[in-house]
Amino acid sequence: MSLPQPDQLIANMAKALMPLTQQDNVVMIGIHTGGAWVAKQLHEQLGLNSALGLLDISFYRDDFSQNGLHPKVKGSELPDIENKTIILVDDVIMSGRTIRAAMNELFDYGRPEKIVLACLLDVGHRELPIQADVIGEKIERPRNQRIKLSGPTPLTLTTVNLEK
Amino acid sequence: MQPMDPSQIQLNKEGRLKHFLTTEGLSKEILSEIIDTANSFISTQERSVKTVPLLRGKTVVNLFFENSTRTRSTFELAAKRLSANILNLDIARSATSKGETLMDTLWNLESMYSDMFVVRHADSGAAHFIAQHVTPNVAVINAGDGRHAHPTQAMLDMLTIHREKSGFEHLSVAIVGDILHSRVARSQIYALKTLGCNDVRVIGPNTLIPKDIESLGVRAFNNMKDGLKGVDVVIMLRLQKERMQTALLPSESEYYRLYGLNTEKLAYANHDAIVMHPGPINRGVEIESAVADGPQSVILKQVSNGIPMRMAVMAMAMSGQNQEQALQDQNQEGAQ
Repeated sequence: MSLPQPDQLIANMAKALMPLTQQDNVVMIGIHTGGAWVAKQLHEQLGLNSALGLLDISFYRDDFSQNGLHPKVKGSELPDIENKTIILVDDVIMSGRTIRAAMNELFDYGRPEKIVLACLLDVGHRELPIQADVIGEKIERPRNQRIKLSGPTPLTLTTVNLEK
Repeated sequence: MQPMDPSQIQLNKEGRLKHFLTTEGLSKEILSEIIDTANSFISTQERSVKTVPLLRGKTVVNLFFENSTRTRSTFELAAKRLSANILNLDIARSATSKGETLMDTLWNLESMYSDMFVVRHADSGAAHFIAQHVTPNVAVINAGDGRHAHPTQAMLDMLTIHREKSGFEHLSVAIVGDILHSRVARSQIYALKTLGCNDVRVIGPNTLIPKDIESLGVRAFNNMKDGLKGVDVVIMLRLQKERMQTALLPSESEYYRLYGLNTEKLAYANHDAIVMHPGPINRGVEIESAVADGPQSVILKQVSNGIPMRMAVMAMAMSGQNQEQALQDQNQEGAQ
């Protein structure tokens, strides 16, 4: 099964997000690393004036006890988010755990007015009650398959089969 | 006691840190990872909410058999900012003074489900001994042992140098003072050499410089003018007053005249050289106030960097220790 072109999906996402960007308190934040690449392109296409934020959720993961600290923690770089409408961007949403960690971290930086979630792909298999507001495309995949975004230029999607 | 290879004790089977005992024998990759991780914790320290949930539910015990206000309090803050529970044990007033042995104290604490011990002890090798023989399943962080090592101090100094001078390869670094008795100097030298610093110098009177120091790849100098020429980083060490009584030094004023860092001597170094000191500083004994409080001093930045650095080694050691436990559990299940 062939995978879609990320550029086309991002263009669609930008269109869907456009009405939101009419407000002046919008801040876009990408989740490291794939989400940050998607966010960078969305940020350009939407012509947002506010600085693009980067969120590295390594310090907020719920699997720290099992998997430990990621060896290359980048650290988050966030603009002021107090009372802002945040467009939170990730590449692939699956269990929802990354988004939970991301929201926990965001609230340690301030109290946003609203968070909107935009994801390039939704592959199902949710483990938490978290849904994206804007999705590039919804793709059904077996549980042992992951879809990986490579980048930053060009952005390409590939299928990775997990063992077992 | 068997001679121990410290780099082996502090790594788990996957080669990740599970205790942090010494900078000696650790790879450049691990030391760089520690600096990178500490660097990313700095951003969390500038937020209004300074805590991250990484060690939520873990119990850290501060075991200070030797006094230290700054080191103990930065470890305490670091643990709290990782959301761990911390217990400060006043050893002098605790069970050891009632005759309980050190090992019994530690086994009791282990039985209280402690996850990490932060140990300072006057005896060299104390933290290694605990990690290897007493409580190997508790992550042990060495907060200073005798004359041997003070790895978190050395690494917060590396973080400070990295941030101020961006890198190590091109730098000349001079460590000044009582090298012989300094666990800080020893840990700094190992870290600097491993991180690729080619020009490490020690400066002090012959009586305070170990005879075999050059085998570590450093150059020894007996006067400040030669030693400080062209250096980018000057690290001053505290002169411990008790050394005066052991005839290793003529007098305090003589020492200050020869090795005390004042504006005049600092001028031998590069004009943008930074001045460091692990504290506590003795003004007028090893450093002049004009230098300690001057524009080239980064002494208070070192103190600030102590918190993210300690957060980094605590998080990494806890992570490596968890990984080791998980592997052990798997093996046990496999054996059954």
